Amino acid sequence: MTKDVVYVDNNATTRVAPEVLEAMLPFFSDLYGNPSSIHTFGGQIRNQIEAARSKVAALLGAFPDEIIFTSCGTESDNAAILSALDTNVKRRKVVTTRVEHPAVLGLCKVLQKRGYHVEFVPVNNKGQLCLQALCGMVDEQTAVVSVMWANNETGNIQPIHEVAQIAHQNGALFHTDAVQAVGKVPINLRQSEIDLLSLSGHKLHAPKGVGALYVRRRTPFNQFMIGGHQEYGLRAGTENVPSIVGLGRAAELALAHFDEERGRVARMRDHLEHELLSRCRNARVNGNPPSRLPNTTNISFEYIEGESILLRLNEHGIAASSGSACTSGSLEPSHVLRAMGVPYTAAHGSIRFSLSRYNTMEEMDYIVEKLPPIVEWLREMSPFGRDK
Amino acid sequence: MWNYTEKVMDHFLHPRNVGEIENPDAVGEVGNITCGDALKLFLKVDDERQTIVDVRFQTFGCASAIASASALTELIKGKPIAEAEDITNQNIADFLGELPEEKMHCSVMGMEALQAALANLRGEGDGKVTAGDHDDDHYDPQGLDRVVCYCFSVTERKIREVVKANDLHTVEDVTHYCKAAGGCGGCRDEIADIIAAVRGEADAGTAADGQSEAGSPKPMTNLQKIMKIQVAIDAEIAPALKADGGDLELVDVDGNTVSVRLKGACAGCPSAHITLQRWVQAKLQELVSPDITVVEG
Repeated sequence: MTKDVVYVDNNATTRVAPEVLEAMLPFFSDLYGNPSSIHTFGGQIRNQIEAARSKVAALLGAFPDEIIFTSCGTESDNAAILSALDTNVKRRKVVTTRVEHPAVLGLCKVLQKRGYHVEFVPVNNKGQLCLQALCGMVDEQTAVVSVMWANNETGNIQPIHEVAQIAHQNGALFHTDAVQAVGKVPINLRQSEIDLLSLSGHKLHAPKGVGALYVRRRTPFNQFMIGGHQEYGLRAGTENVPSIVGLGRAAELALAHFDEERGRVARMRDHLEHELLSRCRNARVNGNPPSRLPNTTNISFEYIEGESILLRLNEHGIAASSGSACTSGSLEPSHVLRAMGVPYTAAHGSIRFSLSRYNTMEEMDYIVEKLPPIVEWLREMSPFGRDK
Repeated sequence: MWNYTEKVMDHFLHPRNVGEIENPDAVGEVGNITCGDALKLFLKVDDERQTIVDVRFQTFGCASAIASASALTELIKGKPIAEAEDITNQNIADFLGELPEEKMHCSVMGMEALQAALANLRGEGDGKVTAGDHDDDHYDPQGLDRVVCYCFSVTERKIREVVKANDLHTVEDVTHYCKAAGGCGGCRDEIADIIAAVRGEADAGTAADGQSEAGSPKPMTNLQKIMKIQVAIDAEIAPALKADGGDLELVDVDGNTVSVRLKGACAGCPSAHITLQRWVQAKLQELVSPDITVVEG
């Protein structure tokens, strides 16, 4: 049923793995108890949640008691940053980057209105963080430094371990939005200096509506959702049991498929990228190929506009995304591409392909066959970029 | 995903009249690659210069920009020039069935390119629409060609035109129709003032035509507006609420959006929301400006 679409928009969301769905189903029907209940019928669910917690911890190289289940990546990001400010009220500064996900950027803009000082670290034209600038911004006023592990648009991997060190040298906490990185890059939190890490279920073949926040042992934490005693008293609200169980199973699968993600998926991505670049003139990769997620490529087709490309691809059943202004309903192209200084001639025509282990090489060849004529067709129509 | 009509998709996937005309009688060019959309229109007219015999276009833009350009060419091909002169962006949108609000600027771009081409045909200008870039002898006593939105180079004249032609009320409307304030948003207040001024002129025009041109109301400055709002609250609104054991304070004014906080018996009252929306807003619209909306801050 999903086969009539060639889905290469996995950084937006992923399909729920069949194994994940299977693991979840009993918790929608027979096993509907409340894990907080005293009776066996409800109480037995608690064990399932703890099992899921252990699986997520294993994927991250963390201890189970460092994992808090949340409702999404955005909640995890909000909880982490707000907690860092609440637990260190003397420090009123946040340092983050210009290329963060809106979950962090939007919050930071609100924090500015609330009187906090926020610094946005620039990136170079490859999208790599300027560590030197960051060093100059982090100081003894900084409560938290928040830098994404991998960028959702370009797939760029940021030097977060170095950033964590810089944060700690200044007595600040370090948070990373690892929503795109989990399952795609090696993560061993026990060997890291990361204090807080956000992840989202639906980016790794679990359902939407569940996420997790890693809070390092002994890191001060103030709860974001206030109410009952769930999640060690750190995140109130009756647990989303089926989704938490699903996330646990997805974490297990991510670990099992880790080498495939780094191997076969990366090869498909490289093939797609190489073929498209060789078949389309005036095309360029946005981002830093040596340091990218294995599943992502962001290519600009200059002088044409992204929404037009996407809708033509859509006619062929190919689902991708774009950093162009028109697709978002905003009038400016992606903030990430603008922060990288990608010229407008290219930013408007950027297309992101993000793969998953469910893609095949045949699908890549199908895209390679369908896309170049679309590019040519739109170029024919465009008043710009003519060779004449 | 946008909710495009079948007709929009048809004109996007199968655009009519794409291409160039060699030795055209007129060209009209609007937009640029930075803005994210652009349209170049080529016209060929008959020997009497009465009828548009051929039209072609090149466009850079999203599906609705391509569809709008295609629709425009269908609307004017074979038509008398006099008829083409009356084409508006709404005609283009209507031809396509409907455009999403956020995409109305695509239809405006079509109209502008046509107007530029027709001006070019009359021998006025080079067919290019450029903002804030005029000849020295260009007569602009009211400064309407000054750029208001720097992100998208939109002039006060253009904002006034889209507000008037499409009966727009809010800054968001203006953004949808001509992109102004769609970038950094630094010009939002100024656009709100322009909308208020245009609407004020329209109202004054219908109510009292005895007024001289100089008598058209000037837009309030933000400070004037805030002071007027505060006076209205202190003199009229708060006393009325106090009579019922309630009170209200002004929290913020952002353009035409006024945030207030209910206090005393009003706070937490189930009908407080309705009180705010209906009564306070009506009062402020009456006493300060018809464009005001009230929110609970």
